[in-house]
Amino acid sequence: MITLSDYLILSAIVFCIGLAGIFINRTNIITLLMCVELMLAAVNTNFIAFSHFMGDQAGQIFVFFILTVAAAEVAIGLGILTLVYRNKGSISIDVTNSLKG
Amino acid sequence: MTNNFSFEINSLLVALPEIFLLSSIVIVLIIDLFLTSKFRQATYYLTQLSLMVTGILSFNLIGHPETVIFSNSFILDNMASVFKVFITGSSMVAMVYTRHYLLQHSLYRGEYFVLVMLAVLGMMVMVSGYSMLTLYMGLEILSLSLYTLIAIARNRSIAVEAALKYFVLGAIASGLLLYGISMVYGISGSINISDISAFAHDPSINSRDTLILNFGLVFLVIGIAFKLGAVPFHMWVPDVYEGAPTSVTMFLSTVPKIAALAMLVRILVDGLGSMHDYWSDLFLALSLLSISVGSVVALMQTNIKRMLAYSTISHVGFIMLGFVTGVVSGYGAAIFYVLVYVLMSLAAFGVIIILNNKGYEADQISDYKGLSKNSPWFALVMLIVMLSMAGVPPFIGFYSKFSILQEVVSAGFITVAIIAVVFAVISAYYYLKIIKFMYFDESDKDETISAPMDIKLILSINGSLILVVGLFPDRLMNISMSLL
Repeated sequence: MITLSDYLILSAIVFCIGLAGIFINRTNIITLLMCVELMLAAVNTNFIAFSHFMGDQAGQIFVFFILTVAAAEVAIGLGILTLVYRNKGSISIDVTNSLKG
Repeated sequence: MTNNFSFEINSLLVALPEIFLLSSIVIVLIIDLFLTSKFRQATYYLTQLSLMVTGILSFNLIGHPETVIFSNSFILDNMASVFKVFITGSSMVAMVYTRHYLLQHSLYRGEYFVLVMLAVLGMMVMVSGYSMLTLYMGLEILSLSLYTLIAIARNRSIAVEAALKYFVLGAIASGLLLYGISMVYGISGSINISDISAFAHDPSINSRDTLILNFGLVFLVIGIAFKLGAVPFHMWVPDVYEGAPTSVTMFLSTVPKIAALAMLVRILVDGLGSMHDYWSDLFLALSLLSISVGSVVALMQTNIKRMLAYSTISHVGFIMLGFVTGVVSGYGAAIFYVLVYVLMSLAAFGVIIILNNKGYEADQISDYKGLSKNSPWFALVMLIVMLSMAGVPPFIGFYSKFSILQEVVSAGFITVAIIAVVFAVISAYYYLKIIKFMYFDESDKDETISAPMDIKLILSINGSLILVVGLFPDRLMNISMSLL
């Protein structure tokens, strides 16, 4: 029997992997987008688990919205990515260093 | 279950400003497709018209009794209506400067205006959001439009880089916010602010529930701090301010702060107000860090947009300080501060845009040398803005800082108030440095700066408002205090 806490632990681990991936990753920008997706997937797992175990539909509706927003976000992310490639000729993170922060 | 889906047509009237704005976005987008280059100014005028009508519709809803519609997910109260009026008004002011900038830098495209209107729509949904879902959707409409707006200067590699950084950090912020929302949903069983509030206020809440609520709360605070740009989640602010086209910097540094503040009030004050003891400690740390880092790091900047970015961070620190107090008048002082900040920031970026003529990129602070001789009026407005930001009476910036500090002291945080004042004094150095450059240094170029009439008019009104509202702050203060 899979309990609620199993889902929560899984989603916490996935969320941390996504978050850590963004900060550790030094190679390329596509990996960043994948890490963002991972974080959102973890949140979705959370919502669905809660929604299922509480018998409340609002969480599942929320997931639909998150999925839609995530799709739009990736579209914009890839759009920016192509602009980076066009301007710098590379999608490595190392090229994004002209601003100091 | 069927009665959940019934609604009256009257309830739609409550959301009339949003519905009108959404329709006009679609219409402007289509009209822009068919405009020949001769009539392309029409997009700008249509945008201003739509924003103005939206503002008037929101203004008419001020005083409307508090109404919650769409299955408890959309609220209309005085705070929402007043904020919507300020959001549309300041967007209109920003658009006046924007058109000038876009024409000068050949970035004039119809999409720009549509994206700005979409961002305004997102902010209006945010200030009216009464469930986590509406708040999140509003936030995403705003953020996605802003990412695209920054990247609209697609041949400028610095702008593209800023868009990328904003995008990645913004996505992290929404991820953290969503994780917090999922935790709060899991423990309270609802995504509606009113239900969450009822759950958190329940005196029989056990310590395990409080702990989990607290766990979610930390993520919510981090997400909001990211959006406001508070230290230590401020990394994107200077880069985005510097990299984005100045007109976009002007827009994203001013108006979204109002919406972020509204979201903060909805989630943390309306929803989790009973958890104030827990989140006020986080806010105290965030605001002290923001005030100190913002004031000190700005001293070393040579780029004025970067300098204003750090100055924004320290202003955000003051705004958050208002929420540490935990009393309604403290929240009112924070709202007053944010409205004043928008007024000052619009004027500051207005001057930068005017000086940003072709061949004279006024990004560097040294570009302001001798400005008082070349264009005394713009220099005077900049002087007013800088003195106001530094908190010198009788300008409005003094009263905003004063009212925050007054609330902080009366809530018993005397040490905090002293630290804030010390850093405010330190930050006066870089504001005064610009004044020194403008008035006491010789310019190495002697061209006079010209600007179209509409911009001069708006800038003059804006600058004099900083002085006039500073002399008579009561009215704006009363409005801010009455919103909560």
